[in-house]
This record gives sequence, C-alpha cells and structure tokens, in this order.
Amino acid sequence: MPLNTAPHFEAADAFYEALIDAHRDLSTAQSHELNAKLVLLLANQVGESAALNEALAAARASVLRSGTETKESR
Amino acid sequence: MDYQQVVFPYRRSADQDAATSAHHPVVVVGAGPVGLSLAIDLALQQVPVVLLDNDDRLSTGSRAICFAKRTLEIFDRLGVGSSLVNKGVSWHTGRVFLRDEPIYSFDLQPETTHERPAFINIQQYYVEGHLVERAMALPLIDLRWKSEVVAVRQQADGVTLQVQTPDGPYTLAADHVVACDGARSSVRALIGQEAKGRTFKDRFLIADVRFNDAVDFPAERWFWFDPPFHPGQSVLLHKQPDGVWRIDFQLGWDADPEEERRPERIVPRVRALLAHSAMKDALFDLEWASVYTFSCERMAHFRHGRVLFAGDAAHRVSPFGARGANSGVQDAENLAWKLAAVLQRRAGDALLASYGPEREAAADENIAHSTRATDFITPKSEVSRLFRDATLQLARDHAFARTLVNSGRLSTASTLHGSPLNTPDVDSFDSAMVPGAPALDAPLRCDGHAGWLLRQLGQGTFTALVFDGQQASAALQSLRQAADGVAPLHTLLVATHPEARAHGARTLVDSSGLIQRRFDGTPDTAYLLRPDQHVCARWRRVSVEAASAALRRALALH
Repeated sequence: MPLNTAPHFEAADAFYEALIDAHRDLSTAQSHELNAKLVLLLANQVGESAALNEALAAARASVLRSGTETKESR
Repeated sequence: MDYQQVVFPYRRSADQDAATSAHHPVVVVGAGPVGLSLAIDLALQQVPVVLLDNDDRLSTGSRAICFAKRTLEIFDRLGVGSSLVNKGVSWHTGRVFLRDEPIYSFDLQPETTHERPAFINIQQYYVEGHLVERAMALPLIDLRWKSEVVAVRQQADGVTLQVQTPDGPYTLAADHVVACDGARSSVRALIGQEAKGRTFKDRFLIADVRFNDAVDFPAERWFWFDPPFHPGQSVLLHKQPDGVWRIDFQLGWDADPEEERRPERIVPRVRALLAHSAMKDALFDLEWASVYTFSCERMAHFRHGRVLFAGDAAHRVSPFGARGANSGVQDAENLAWKLAAVLQRRAGDALLASYGPEREAAADENIAHSTRATDFITPKSEVSRLFRDATLQLARDHAFARTLVNSGRLSTASTLHGSPLNTPDVDSFDSAMVPGAPALDAPLRCDGHAGWLLRQLGQGTFTALVFDGQQASAALQSLRQAADGVAPLHTLLVATHPEARAHGARTLVDSSGLIQRRFDGTPDTAYLLRPDQHVCARWRRVSVEAASAALRRALALH
C-alpha cells in the first residue's frame, strides 16, 4: 500500500499546533481556502498517484462513516 | 471569395432516373470538414465516392477555428494544407490571466523543426471552401447538394438510402455508408442510435468581431479567469484571418440565450474588454454570434455493420482544447485507407472492424481532456470553485499549480495504444514513435532540395522507413518481399549523405539529424508506417517473417 498511515511525523504535536495556528484570525471562508491550498501544496509534495488516490479514498470513506450531515438531510 | 455567400447549385443526378437503385461502393453523408476530408482521401486512393449534403451552402460563422498540426499534416496529404496555412493565422503560444494578471503561459510547439505550426486559426467556412474546391477537382467524387438522407435500410449485402431532393426522392444502394452529418446526425437517429454523455450547465457567447483597422496584437490564445471586464466568468480570445477576432464569453447557466445574442448585449462586452487597451476606441462590426451550451458525449460504437460514423456524428466535445473538428478529420484519415483496402480486396471485414475501437479510444481521450477543462472553467459546486480558485491563486507564485491550471488541453493526435493492428516492440527504443503513434515530422534534403519527412511518406500506402547501415538493403528487401502481393509499399532510406543507396528506396538525407533523434534511428533500424502515417511496427533488425507478420497484422489479415 503506497499510502503510509503509520506514524511518520518528525514532530507530531508541533505540527498539530502549527496547523491550528495557521488558521488564527481567519474567517471560516478564509480557513476553507487555506485548507484547499494546503491540500494542493501537499498533494504536489506527495506526487505519486497511487498514494494520492489512497489518501482521497481514505478521507472520503471516513467522511461517509462520520455521520456528518449529508446533502439530502438538510 | 466570400465562402459564407457561395451557393452551390443543385443538379439532378442520373441516379434519380435509374430504373433500379444506383449502386455505389461508398456514400458519405455530410459535406462538412470531416465528410469532405474522407471523400478526398478515398478518391486519392481510387475509391469512387458519392458525397451527399442536405444543404447548398458552407458553414455560417467561424465555428471550428483552431486546426491542429496533425490535421494540417492530413490536409497536406489531401492537397489543401498549404492554401489553408497561407490563409490562416499560425500560433503556438497561450497565455492565462487571473483578473488582470498573467499567471501562466504555454508553448505548444517548443521545437520549431516541423513543417507545420502547432495550430492555425481559420474560419470553418474557409476550410470547407478549400476542401470543396479540392473535391470538385477530383472526378471520383460525386458531390450532390440539397440531398437529404431520410431513410436508411441495412441488409447483409448493402445499405439502401432514401434521398430527398428538390426534384423528389430517389433511392441509392451502397456497400458502405459513412455518416459525417454532425452533432445532430440524422443518419444516427434513422438507425435508432444515440450519443450519450454529459451536458455542462453553462452558456457561452461566441462572437466573431471584425475590426476596421489593423489590430496590433500578437497571434496568441489568451484566456482570462475572472477578468475585470467580465467579473466572475471566463473569456477566451483568438485571432482569425481577415481582421476577425473570436471572443468567447462565459455567461452562466441563468443567461437568456436569445437576449444575449442581441448586438446591444454583445457590443458593450467587447467594449469592456477593449477599454483598458490601446484598442479602446477601435471600430468594429459583429459578424456573427451564437450562444452555446456544451456537451461531451459519444456513440457507444462508431460502426454499425455497413454504416460507420465519423466526426461530431460519432462524438462531441466542448471546444476548450479544439478537439472536435480535429479528431473528426483524424477519424476520416483512419477510415479512408481501411475502406479502400477492403473495397480493393487487400483486407477483410476485420480491418474495418478496427476503426470503431481505435477511434472510440481516441474519442474517450478527447472527452476526458475536454471534460476536465470544462470542469475547471465552469466549476459546478461551491467546493469545486474553491479548489479552482485556490489553484489559480497558487499559480501566481508556485510552478506546480500552473500545471493544474486548465483552460483547455489543446488537441494532439492520439497514439493508438493497444490497437490490435500494432506489432508490439521486441527491441528496445528510446523514442516516442511507439507502435500506434503518428509519425513525427522532421526536416530533410531529398534530390538536392530541402523538404519534410511527412511529405515523403506513401500517399495512401504503407511506408517502410529504414535507417542506412550495413543491413539496410537486406531490411528493405525483407520488407518488399513481405509486401509483395499483399499491399503496395513505399520505401525510404534515411541516410547522412545523398549518395547512399539501398535496394531501390528513395534516399532522404537527414541533414539535421532530427529524423535519427526522433525515431531513435540507429543503423539498420526499420519502421513500418500505415497509410495514415501511424507507426505499426519497428525493429532493429527486420526479417521477412517479422515484416510479413506485422504487415498482415496491420491489415487484420489472419
């Protein structure tokens, strides 16, 4: 499996703080924009199609399982 | 000549007075760029053609304007390339803007050592006009205007068409019918078939704007995302011959097509585009305008027995990428040599059967590219727009994002990967000229004159291209032997000096070394090319057995 979901952070807690901090003082719309741009920047860093496709599939599967409001239920 | 005004006279055909249905080997329906190209190609291969068109005029409005290099190479073979390139506006550079800032540019022809440019822009009526003139000079083409196919009946041994004319109906019998009658193909409907795909819920205003005075503007494709003169939408600009400019304005799904076609709506849009340029007070006329909604769709199969489909009748794409007319002309080229081979008994039905899969795969490639571009240009959800705008903004500062910016991936000829007519490589090559690829052009010298490789390939025949070496004569001999009694073969020797000779082949001097580079042509290397200039086999050392197997495979002879 090309996507590595075993622990791989150089410094996990530091990253987590930096991620939240990157959003400080941003509106919700700005935060969505930041997330989209971060996805694109990191996707290019990963580069390999198999790993990217696995990541997309894993994320989508998680969304569908999480119970978040769907389009129809609104 | 104003090709938009010309009217072709209806002429009663002798077939209309025949006691029984007149029989013809091939009837082509639709005299647009694809039908005309097919008819000319067939006639050049000695196949008589009846070409029917339901109208008596050429296209109104510019319509298909971007003709790609591969299409120009096909037009060269058909005898109209130079006249169209001379009239057309050549270009190869595209620029993409976000608001008023350039974010990306691309060059479609980084190597200039090809005879033809990446693209020419020329109005569809010029292309049709030149093709019609060419067709009218070929006695094997019987071009019948005001002739509408109203019924199609297929039997095991032929097809019967009922044709409606100003003099009333008559019937025709044909061995094969090729429908090139466009996106709303009546032949397709008459045999109960459909094209299926996806329609993009958006509207685009397409306008031809003619400027009275010369416009000092480069011949480049300019595309804007969210320009200040048309906020929140896209605009595309192309230069055409005769001082005419083509401007596409995205309008959104809620626009009223009838309202938006009115000059009172269009002129202010053009003025707004010009407002911040040196052209702000320029005088212009609106030549033509239309509002389009785009679709990407295709028939499941392009062949239905003796009835075949080419061009928009078979598949339709959104125009960002110029993949409509270009792929249609490539369909025609693919089909012409196969029909000729079958009718002239060099091949059987299996060869005709290869047309569908080869061109359906090409259509899927074109549909995929056009769909992706249209999704980027007209994002259809909030989040799709979020990512689209994120990409555009990142492209200002980051090179990787520029590769994602999609204002259209411009047409290139399909490589026919996986075609059963290809012979897979057994030797190792460092060249893009894989089996299935259309041959690349290159400069050369022949008989003391400068020339181009593609012009030297066989007209409607297979070609053997052998690189000079100790075994070159043997290679050519093997290829000739393999072809003897199977198919006509044109033979070429690629050498570094004009005195080189091998077994009766014409010597091409690879003056720049580019043929050798593009084909990885080490000495004795042999390429076998199909009549449509696509590679079907290549070897470092070719035997009679290998040549024979490859040629038979390319003709689907079993």
